[in-house]
Amino acid sequence: MRNAFAAELTRLAGEDDRVVLLSGDIGNRLFDEFKGRYPRRFFNCGVAEANMVGVAGGMALSGLRPVTYTINSFMTARCLEQIRLDICYHRSPVVIVGVGAGLCYASLGATHHSLEDIGTLRLLPHMTVVCPGDPVEVRLALRAALVHPGPVYLRLGKKGEPVVHAGATPGFQMGRGIRLRDGRDACILGTGNVLPLALEAARALEARGVSVGVVSLHTVKPLDEGLLDEAFRGLKVVATLEEHSLLGGLGGAVAEWLADRPGLPGRLVRLGTADTFLHEAGGQDHARRRLGLALEDVVDRIAEAVDGVAHPRRDPGRDR
Amino acid sequence: MSAPALEERAREVRSDVLRMSHRARTPHLASALSCVDVLVAAYWGELRLDPARPLDEDRDRLILSKGHAVSALYATLARRGYFPLEWLGHFNEAGGRLPEQPSPGCVPGLELATGSLGHGLPMGLGMALAARLTGRTYRVCAVLSDGECEEGSVWEAALLAAAHRVERLAVVVDFNRWQATGRSPEVMALDPLADKWRAFGWSACEVDGHDPGLLARRLAAIPDGSGRPVAIVAHTVKGKGVSFMEDDNHWHYRSPDAAELQAALAELGRG
Repeated sequence: MRNAFAAELTRLAGEDDRVVLLSGDIGNRLFDEFKGRYPRRFFNCGVAEANMVGVAGGMALSGLRPVTYTINSFMTARCLEQIRLDICYHRSPVVIVGVGAGLCYASLGATHHSLEDIGTLRLLPHMTVVCPGDPVEVRLALRAALVHPGPVYLRLGKKGEPVVHAGATPGFQMGRGIRLRDGRDACILGTGNVLPLALEAARALEARGVSVGVVSLHTVKPLDEGLLDEAFRGLKVVATLEEHSLLGGLGGAVAEWLADRPGLPGRLVRLGTADTFLHEAGGQDHARRRLGLALEDVVDRIAEAVDGVAHPRRDPGRDR
Repeated sequence: MSAPALEERAREVRSDVLRMSHRARTPHLASALSCVDVLVAAYWGELRLDPARPLDEDRDRLILSKGHAVSALYATLARRGYFPLEWLGHFNEAGGRLPEQPSPGCVPGLELATGSLGHGLPMGLGMALAARLTGRTYRVCAVLSDGECEEGSVWEAALLAAAHRVERLAVVVDFNRWQATGRSPEVMALDPLADKWRAFGWSACEVDGHDPGLLARRLAAIPDGSGRPVAIVAHTVKGKGVSFMEDDNHWHYRSPDAAELQAALAELGRG
């Protein structure tokens, strides 16, 4: 996703000379082409995220279209007040880009995990929260974000994610989910880098006789309310899936929406990470497994909700 | 404008600020009185600030980063003609357009919503860097409190500004040596403050922060030829202008009652 981001940003900077890139001392070599073509529009702001966001806010008030970029956890939690006041309070068109969503940098430890960022940023007034599901969505989301009149948070994965939209480029609009497959029993609303996992789970469920649709719900704020209404009216189970804490993310957002609409027949199942810090070593797959996001967790939870029967639950602590 | 004329403007603004604090029962009166001469020097001095064109893209940007003192900025802007003086009488009224700390665009001439400390300088730096990219020559001046210099983001911005030699960016520190609950150089090791700015790559000077004529000349001299951003450490007295408020930190939170207001206005020649 990050290579798609760098390439698309370089292209868009060629179309709009107001676009400037601020990096928090990461992306070694990643932005060489951008820097080569637009050296005056690249700012390495050093290891100083709070200032980087403030600078971006001041630039936006002066007519530029700043894009800030650093590791997800530092881009969001460390400088939350600057995002809140310098950007959102002034309703400024800054694109805040975090790389390393969720557990992408699992092996670097909880300092680099980003499992609370969707929750914190979607709380901010005027903020749009977009989690692209594959490199194609990254390009489309960036293009949309750079013409949006207010702040946008883009939550990227890392590099090497599979292309989900391998065929024709899908229509893309912030706030509108992209339907990838239809199902009669249930639907998985996946946001961000779990999109391949959502598709894999749907195929596994189909093999067990459960018909499951998949939507890339890339925009967590604002929610696609029309899509949610249709899903909760027409399906037995609607599952949210995210590499994010069960608290406050997409699952939390949909639960809030649903609480205000009593009487909808569909049942909500939230799939995300446990409310804890992971202390042990291990990469992304291991961390997902330990925090409750293994493929079988997703498959079992949805199958059990559709069947209305409790299956024995996998104990994440048993298979280290 | 002559020095006596500037000093008369400062007395007017101080009187407004006292009336506003009394009427609205708002705190931070002494913080506002402390920075009045800096604001008078900015708005009646040489900075490119035109009340008839508050959104002119080439205007100099004056940022009051110490947003808790905004009553002084509101009064300055009103006296300078940015909006009617009558508005000051509605300071902090429910539903009104003059909040106790400023919201974005709440009055003409206000550059930034401030109130949380440590935001004005990074945002001012962004404005100054944007000027370079867009080929404009405006200057950006951020007025900070001394307590505000305890925020790490101030020094993050100082480092980046020096690295890029942003010579059209300036800071004025209202160094009254008090913060909310103690002597600022004792709470945190702020002294020697001008040396700190120099060590961070800035061109720094120290001035009497209650000499509007001198302050106006310093502001007019930005950029100062050094190729560096400019830090003006303005030595001030908290509560300046009213004898019984000067250097008494009770007036960080207190507002004057009717008798105190009359006594204060009398000292300013407006009894």
